[in-house]
Amino acid sequence: MALSRSGRVRAIVLVTGTGLLLTACGGAKVGEAQQPAAGGEGKNCGTFNLAINPWVGYEANAAVIAHVAEKNLGCKVVKKDLKEEVAWQGFATGEVDAIVENWAHDDLKKKYIEDQKVAVSAGLTGNKGVIGWYVAPWMAKKYPDITDWNNLNKYAPLFKTSESEGKGQLLDGDPSFVTNDAALVKNLKLDYKVVYAGSEAALITAFRQSEKQQKPVLGYFYEPQWFLSELKLVKVNLPAYTEGCDADAAKVACDYPPYDLDKIVSKKFADSGSPAYTLVKNFTWTNDDQNLVAKYIAEDKMTAEEAAAKWVADNPAKIKPWLPPAS
Amino acid sequence: MTTVAVVAARLPARRYLLLAVLALWVLGWAVFEGRDTLGLGGAELTPLHTSLNEGMDAIDDSRNSNPFFLYFINYVRLFLDEAVTFVQALISQPSFGRPLPVLGWLGVVALATAIAWLWGNGKVALLTAAGLISFGVLGLWQESMDTLALTLTAVVLSLAVGIPLGVWAGLNDRFNRLVTPVLDFMQTMPTFVYLAPLTLFFLIGPASATVATMIYAIPPAIRITSHGIRQVSHDTLEAGASLGATGVQSLRHVRLPMAKQTIIVGVNQTIMAALSMATIAALIDAPGLGKTVLKALQTLDVGTAFNAGLAIVIMAVVLDRVTSAASRRVEADRRAGRLRGTRRRRLELAGAFGVVAVLGYLSYTYVWAADFPIQANLGSYVRQAADAGSLWVQDNLAAYTDALKNVLTNTLLNPFEKLLTASPWWLVLAVAVAVALLVGSVRAALVTAAGLLVLVLLGLWQDSMVTLASTLVATILVMVLGVVLGVWMGRSDRVDTVLRPVLDAGQTMPAFVYLVPILGLFGPTRFTAIIAAVVFAAPIAIKLVAEGIRRVSPTTVEAAISAGTGTWQLISKVQLPMARSGVTLAASQGLIYVLSMVVVGGLVGAGALGYDVVAGFSQHQLRGKGLAAGLAIVVLGIVLDRVMRAATQRADVAAHGGVTHK
Amino acid sequence: MTVPSLTEPRQLDTDTPPVLAVRGLWKVFGPKADGVVGTTLSRKELKEQTGCVAAVRDVSFDVRRGEVFVVMGLSGSGKSTLVRCLTRLIEPTAGEIVLDGEDIRKADDRRLRELRRHRMAMVFQHFGLLPHRCVLDNVAFGLEIRGVPKQERYARAREVVDLVGLNGFENSYPDQLSGGMQQRVGLARALAADPEVLLFDEPFSALDPLIRREMQNEVIRLHHEVGKTMVFITHDLSEALKLGDRILIMRDGELVQVGTPDQVVGAPADDYVRDFVSDVPRSHVLTLRWIMRQPLMDESLDGPVLGPDVVIRDAVHTVLSADRPVRVIEGDDLLGVVTSAEILEVIAGGQER
Repeated sequence: MALSRSGRVRAIVLVTGTGLLLTACGGAKVGEAQQPAAGGEGKNCGTFNLAINPWVGYEANAAVIAHVAEKNLGCKVVKKDLKEEVAWQGFATGEVDAIVENWAHDDLKKKYIEDQKVAVSAGLTGNKGVIGWYVAPWMAKKYPDITDWNNLNKYAPLFKTSESEGKGQLLDGDPSFVTNDAALVKNLKLDYKVVYAGSEAALITAFRQSEKQQKPVLGYFYEPQWFLSELKLVKVNLPAYTEGCDADAAKVACDYPPYDLDKIVSKKFADSGSPAYTLVKNFTWTNDDQNLVAKYIAEDKMTAEEAAAKWVADNPAKIKPWLPPAS
Repeated sequence: MTTVAVVAARLPARRYLLLAVLALWVLGWAVFEGRDTLGLGGAELTPLHTSLNEGMDAIDDSRNSNPFFLYFINYVRLFLDEAVTFVQALISQPSFGRPLPVLGWLGVVALATAIAWLWGNGKVALLTAAGLISFGVLGLWQESMDTLALTLTAVVLSLAVGIPLGVWAGLNDRFNRLVTPVLDFMQTMPTFVYLAPLTLFFLIGPASATVATMIYAIPPAIRITSHGIRQVSHDTLEAGASLGATGVQSLRHVRLPMAKQTIIVGVNQTIMAALSMATIAALIDAPGLGKTVLKALQTLDVGTAFNAGLAIVIMAVVLDRVTSAASRRVEADRRAGRLRGTRRRRLELAGAFGVVAVLGYLSYTYVWAADFPIQANLGSYVRQAADAGSLWVQDNLAAYTDALKNVLTNTLLNPFEKLLTASPWWLVLAVAVAVALLVGSVRAALVTAAGLLVLVLLGLWQDSMVTLASTLVATILVMVLGVVLGVWMGRSDRVDTVLRPVLDAGQTMPAFVYLVPILGLFGPTRFTAIIAAVVFAAPIAIKLVAEGIRRVSPTTVEAAISAGTGTWQLISKVQLPMARSGVTLAASQGLIYVLSMVVVGGLVGAGALGYDVVAGFSQHQLRGKGLAAGLAIVVLGIVLDRVMRAATQRADVAAHGGVTHK
Repeated sequence: MTVPSLTEPRQLDTDTPPVLAVRGLWKVFGPKADGVVGTTLSRKELKEQTGCVAAVRDVSFDVRRGEVFVVMGLSGSGKSTLVRCLTRLIEPTAGEIVLDGEDIRKADDRRLRELRRHRMAMVFQHFGLLPHRCVLDNVAFGLEIRGVPKQERYARAREVVDLVGLNGFENSYPDQLSGGMQQRVGLARALAADPEVLLFDEPFSALDPLIRREMQNEVIRLHHEVGKTMVFITHDLSEALKLGDRILIMRDGELVQVGTPDQVVGAPADDYVRDFVSDVPRSHVLTLRWIMRQPLMDESLDGPVLGPDVVIRDAVHTVLSADRPVRVIEGDDLLGVVTSAEILEVIAGGQER
């Protein structure tokens, strides 16, 4: 028994071994077809640590910058998937060189730019951030006056849910955003309750189902956002923003300010003279540009690299000004 | 006999007292509704939260000056980074100047299969081969190997730390008492709370991910090892002592060999815990399948998330089955008296590793064996099918599920939550202490009082009550499912065969994968959070109940059947009562699992503590509040656990006629 | 092989000092155990007033060299605790345990281990074998712990394996053996160390009756062959009577009676013992000494002769077939006579005399 078993084992070794060696002989060998990484302009760019914050618009910015840095500048780009807070920490530990779409974050700016002096601003991305309350298109069509906040109380019963304790539900969202919604509801005397959806995915799903099932949803949202190219949400107009109207968070009764999204880089990176820094500093594009790349990624299911390559190939003129002057 | 009579006489009274307490509560609620409810808005902070924030900032800032960080943490980080990078170089990442890892897919499949065959059996070897190949077929070879590399490194290190500590805890009661609450803390503290601070000390990358995984994976290693060491037969130990064995000899020759099987069960649980961290660790750039899942979630790409989730489930099932088979084999080898080091075993080893060496060499050398052939990629079909399924479910079932959600929320959750949140905090505290006293013990009542006071101090009373309401409702649902399906599964092997893989999937599929479909069905609501928790927690409860049912002595069942008991009577009067310890274990484990989903619940509309933790992870100024919320979850866990244990103990005592043995 | 019967009384060495002397031994479980030593409270009162249980109360006895000393009692009588106290597997609360002049209670850990390794060995009710080791390794375990080199310990283990009749099973694992065989391994393990005193804690109560009898005979045989002093714990009276040179009866932790089997049966110390031994076939235990009477005036004194220590059962034939009273003679003295009347009274089960 023992012998026959071990005999079998040996047979297996022999058969598989020789068999595989025979069949394998024709295969290509690892490393044969390999060529050194594309040199670009051969400039000494080195490693470029790019934080990737978890939303598609950001990824679009990052993908295009990374593509250009690799192909045109010959950088080695290391992408790091990080939430904003962690990405900012990366400036302090020296592991992140750049954040390429930043939504305000005044507290983090204070801590890392002013206090610790490990980060600096690298200018605006050209994208305009809008934050506000939105409804699905069918609602705007069916109740045209809903886009005026004065009429919100009239429609409050429509927005009642199991979560809103008999009031209308205002769906708040992504925990990454500081909202004034609770104060707004109170100060505008709206008959609504803020309910925390908890994530962007939850918000988007809610709006999707709202459109599909004709279910009323009023929620916090923002642009640029890839989802708007799938479903053109309609913004509800709150009392217009004026400079300083949101100074006291508890008393705020006006719309959110428009955000100029910007880029932040580590001090070390800014001082390094890397061509990648120049690229980040010069990078600027429009909301439409970003939405297009974001659509490639989110709707057309391209990888970020493919999407960036496609857009760069289609828009060579827009890339030019970003590049460092040829030395 | 008199004691029995006393207890029998007291039991109903206790029940009436309990009802009276609840009635008083409702009355008090009606009178004092809305007073002293200690509510706190989403962005509001208490001074404690601010100072926690400042404290964390201070620790952050001392990073470069404190010698502890400079000399200790930095070396730990270096070591961890090197360890993970090394394993990655072997199986997942281009390394040593090559465009591909050292071992290609063929080599990895061969090695894993050989290991499964040598230490498990032929069946799990086949499963291993199929499972690993399926990673390639799903188009996720490299991601899977990254996850495997990180998981295995974390597991090996967790065991290196956990088993010695477990042995110590098994030998030393005082250390055991000391370490148990720490382990409770490590397991119930939501990962989100310590994830961001970890990256400050261990930096972004494998080290942080490994530490995060280890924090979660070490407790089972310690607990189960300690249990194994403790359960070694007293007789054998005594025999060793009577022969004059020293402590060390008795450990080496008696305890460790006899605890071996249990320790392997601990290894199994450690692996499962480590794997369940794969997705969350991706938030701090941990490589692997978790990243794919999270990326997919950004675009609500259910198909891609499911595809990666499926790979995680497959990995979990393979690792689980192999370690279980290895554990059974230890037992079987022992019973069969198979000696190690026999000729046959040596031949097996040599043969298997010979094959591995050949295949490994091929996968090192030739592209076809190194890089998984792309044309074999079936991932896109899985993605499309999952997308279509998710879409269909959302489109067609939403109306019904919405109605279900409304009914359960309005009849069960809302009234209960109202009672908890709208009563003054002192009333809730008094009621909770009274209940703990009535169903549990004085000790449990003291823990309850202390715990609830801590919640007040943490400034998160109302959020805690909202979370408590959802947690209890979810636990009730878990137990309903657990008992119904568990009994069914325990009584029928066929049901077991069908249900078990589904349960395994429910337990190991990352919640992020099914968030989107259930959000589509139930909307961003507390109920969605409850459903997510039930999906995660019900499997363990079902399995434990089934286990309990199966353990009921066949003689007793036979006796009952011979007495003419009907099926229903058999279940309700014999099997369930006799499986009570299994059912209570299911309830306490179910509760822990539900609590561990509080944070995920925060992502889908549960609000309260879960949202506080998530927001604390995302917003700098809410960090302190997030930490406080994490502590509140731990406190809730400890209070519920202790009350439940005390209640179980009391029930046991009552069941044994009020007489305790010894 | 003939099994030696206890009807041939062994000569016990009563003059040399005892191997093991126990004096005033107490074992109290519970809080503040020390304060309970010396108490006269009943078990129930003690439990209610102090929360303590006195498992062994003021027990003293001597074990002579070469003797089989049986401790008998019902479950909960403290006998297992007592035997564990002897080798301090359970730490006694008070008292003295003197082994060959050395007070075991004063030994430090190191010395205690030495004693356990060389002087005393124990056989357990549930065997306490190591399931992951084969028979030979189990038997050699004690020697391995002592640090005996491999060759030497295996040689010794093989000897002992032979002695207990386990040849051919050296490489088997405990799970593959029957209960009786497993206990032989336990026995061999204890013998391997060549201790002076063997302690048995109800070694056969987990075995079925046939095997139990076989193992009892085995113990008797081994006792004859190796002549070890044995302390044997049992709850089975017939086992006690069969094996014991002397029997100590315990109840509720207290010593009730110590004596030879016929003393225990023939002269129970109290109603508890009387009740206990009531079912014992007295003719199997009692000797003629217990039933002989002074000859009557008119009786003829020329009948057959028997010694006083002949067990009644063995005298039945002689007495019943004789037509004159049988004389009981020790040395040159006529101690008494026995007739069929006395014999029949015992056999017919006259309970009280």
